[in-house]
Amino acid sequence: MLEILSRGFRDARQYLQGMRTLNEENLGEALKIVRMSLLEADVEFQVTRSFLDRVKEQAIGEIVQVKVKHKDKKLKVTPGDHFIRLCHDELVRLMGPADVSLNFPAKAVNSIMLVGLQGSGKTTTAAKIARFFMKSGKRPLLVAADVYRPAAVDQLKKLGQDLGLPVFADSSASPPEICRLGQNQALELGANLVIFDTAGRLTVDEALMDELYQIQQFTSPDNVLLVCDAMIGQESVNVANAFNKRINLSGFILTKLDGDARGGAAISIKEATGVPIKFLGMGEGLDRLEEFRPEGLASRILGLGDVVGLVKDFEEVIDEKQAEQDAMRMLRGNFTLNDFLSQIRTIKKMGPLQDVVEKMPFFPGGLPPQANFDDYELVKIESMINSMTPSERMIPDAINESRIERIAKGSGRKGNEVRDLLSKFKDMRDLMSAMGGGKLRGRWKRLKGIKRMFSGGLGNLMGGDPSASPTPDNPFGLPEVNKAPQVSKKSLEKQRKKNKEARKARKKSRR
Amino acid sequence: MSDEKKRTGFLGRLFKRNRQGDKTQEKDVLNEEEYLQEDETKPPEETESDQKIVESKLEDQDEAKNLLRLKTGLTKTRKGFLKSLDGIFAGKKELDEQALSRLEEVLLRADIGVQTSYELLEQVTERVKRREIDDPAKVIKHIRDMVRQSLEHVESPLRVGYGTEPFVVMVIGVNGSGKTTTIAKIAARHKAANRKVMLVAGDTFRAAAVEQLQIWGDRIGCDVVKGKPQADPSSIVFEAMDRAIKDDFELVLVDTAGRLHTRIPLMEELKKVRRTLGKRIPSAPHETLLVIDSSMGQNAILQARTFNEAIPVTGIAMTKLDGTSKGGVIVGISKELKIPIRFVGIGEKMDDLRDFNARQFAEAMLSVDEPVGD
Repeated sequence: MLEILSRGFRDARQYLQGMRTLNEENLGEALKIVRMSLLEADVEFQVTRSFLDRVKEQAIGEIVQVKVKHKDKKLKVTPGDHFIRLCHDELVRLMGPADVSLNFPAKAVNSIMLVGLQGSGKTTTAAKIARFFMKSGKRPLLVAADVYRPAAVDQLKKLGQDLGLPVFADSSASPPEICRLGQNQALELGANLVIFDTAGRLTVDEALMDELYQIQQFTSPDNVLLVCDAMIGQESVNVANAFNKRINLSGFILTKLDGDARGGAAISIKEATGVPIKFLGMGEGLDRLEEFRPEGLASRILGLGDVVGLVKDFEEVIDEKQAEQDAMRMLRGNFTLNDFLSQIRTIKKMGPLQDVVEKMPFFPGGLPPQANFDDYELVKIESMINSMTPSERMIPDAINESRIERIAKGSGRKGNEVRDLLSKFKDMRDLMSAMGGGKLRGRWKRLKGIKRMFSGGLGNLMGGDPSASPTPDNPFGLPEVNKAPQVSKKSLEKQRKKNKEARKARKKSRR
Repeated sequence: MSDEKKRTGFLGRLFKRNRQGDKTQEKDVLNEEEYLQEDETKPPEETESDQKIVESKLEDQDEAKNLLRLKTGLTKTRKGFLKSLDGIFAGKKELDEQALSRLEEVLLRADIGVQTSYELLEQVTERVKRREIDDPAKVIKHIRDMVRQSLEHVESPLRVGYGTEPFVVMVIGVNGSGKTTTIAKIAARHKAANRKVMLVAGDTFRAAAVEQLQIWGDRIGCDVVKGKPQADPSSIVFEAMDRAIKDDFELVLVDTAGRLHTRIPLMEELKKVRRTLGKRIPSAPHETLLVIDSSMGQNAILQARTFNEAIPVTGIAMTKLDGTSKGGVIVGISKELKIPIRFVGIGEKMDDLRDFNARQFAEAMLSVDEPVGD
């Protein structure tokens, strides 16, 4: 049931697909769907309402605008695209402007104080932040001011040890005292950045809220950051407000975004407190802390993929030249298991599969439940290919039953799994050689192909109706995403033709 | 573009593999349920006497206090709001748009979720139309009753059957939901009833998680079985089961590392721990307790669903209900999964873990300022 709801955004777009203009009536339906999507993403009730009011106001004001100029290009925009762009832009606007810098005034020791509810991830985040600023040359000191949760101090000590950082703790002092002592000792310990890890607390706990106030009074930290679980529900606003009222927050961090939480709290908290989002926690590893980028999170909350983020990931991972060479060879039909392996490794480098796929725009409503993105699957394939001889990898057709058996034994898999892999591989190879059958164009180098895939090519998989698909160079009518080279209409048509031929060829080869 | 198609095909075909073993798990559930029933009925003398000790603490006198506790947090932020709601209904015979949207707000703000709220409102409007509710002012009460009724189906306290073998409880949940604290509270409860309780430190991943459980063990006075840091939790669990049998432990509480339900390798690890538990004691775990933070929003439904798919969850504990969160997401969870709700955590003290009570919960969640229990 939830999947149906969270697909709301796509539905809204489709709903508007056939419309020539936006008017109060059809907009009302689309807004209703978006509203549902936002609420399911745990955007706070009041924030949702005011968000929709603003979008509506804008949308109705711009009814006739189906052609827009963007970066000196004239683009045709469907009402649906237009509407989505409005929603997206408004979200980005509300969450932004991206202000990820922390306040480090010129003095000997800077400080960051972390606060939050129990279990929001303060201690882990403290270590992540320390690591983050170590990269830019800071020398952090972690101060363990959580004296309530058993072994919280030990936890911070261990994390500090892992990072090679000093940790200040004092079992006989009160938390405000600990922070003060820690700050005073920072210079002695060779640190120039103090990070206070405070205990988790409920906002209704007067005594503990008072303690935070005292810590702030004692240490006057340069930054006070609220650490908030991305999975938090409607209470996000009350919680953030309560902290902000007592101790002025300078920013907040959303954690556990590596799960499937849509992170509606991000906009709720920003809207309620006005303080900017600084970081996003993306996993348990201490390196999984990202600076906040409104575009990515806006897409996620709305149920679009994080298009920009993925393109960035690809750019980081792929070696452009090598990719070009590979693509040329593969399209000539010389696709080997080695290529297959290197593709798998490329994907693996980009982080957990779930993350990668979630960032893609084809699953705007979250992943289909039957889609099982198991990183282990990649490991299995890798191990099977690794158990093949070099010549087998080059000429997979030479792999016979006894070889299959050997490979299965070598990789600890079953014979059927090897067979399965081989048949999938052959399918892929056939497809590729069919594709490369025509003249090879410079444009079809792998990297660019991939880029285009995320910048619009697959958009019509999403919308369903190809004629109403997003314009190729502006998939959702969003700026920023538009990074791929322009594709002319002519070449697009040629490509469609080619696709058709490829499909036919594949069908033939299957028979 | 065919390049792209190839890619989806590649990814799609590669990873859209149906999970095997789901069926065998279903079988497991059945077996387990059978076992549980047996376990409850088999040693009647022992179980009953024990239940009395444990439950005597939760008699009615406590109930009022309980409710008050739950409510303090809840009502604080809501009083003004619900008052204004009363005004809307005053003197009306039907639910108009405005009244409905205010009602919806109450429900949505309690994290009940769009779908469930919609269903509740639908039912209530229907009743108003059919004149079954003639006073719109009582609508909130009716909604509360509906929530209570649906939660009553899952109100089922954890009955620890003390038989010939240890009763094994495996505690699971996402990071920071309150697993370790919940374990400590359950342990304290049964320790107070003079039971031999063992804690198993199955969280070998998070820094100092083992120490955290050890401190609780020392405070409560029960044994803690630990392994080396970063060890495979299954190996620790196996060893713990051995010891539990050998030394006649009556209750074994297994802590596991917090994990996001989307991390498939970690969910596999959890399955393995569960299988390992069953190696020495075939019927174990007798309870798989999912801990849910009540401040969670709609993601908690996905959590419950995914954990339950990985290993059959037999009970739920809602934690941190002493805050301002209402935990309304549990309504949707219980409607969909029908997993018994065992406990609510309403504070930091050891006795702040209570058996779940549908009436109290519904009232605290959708409280109006009127006498309790009318």
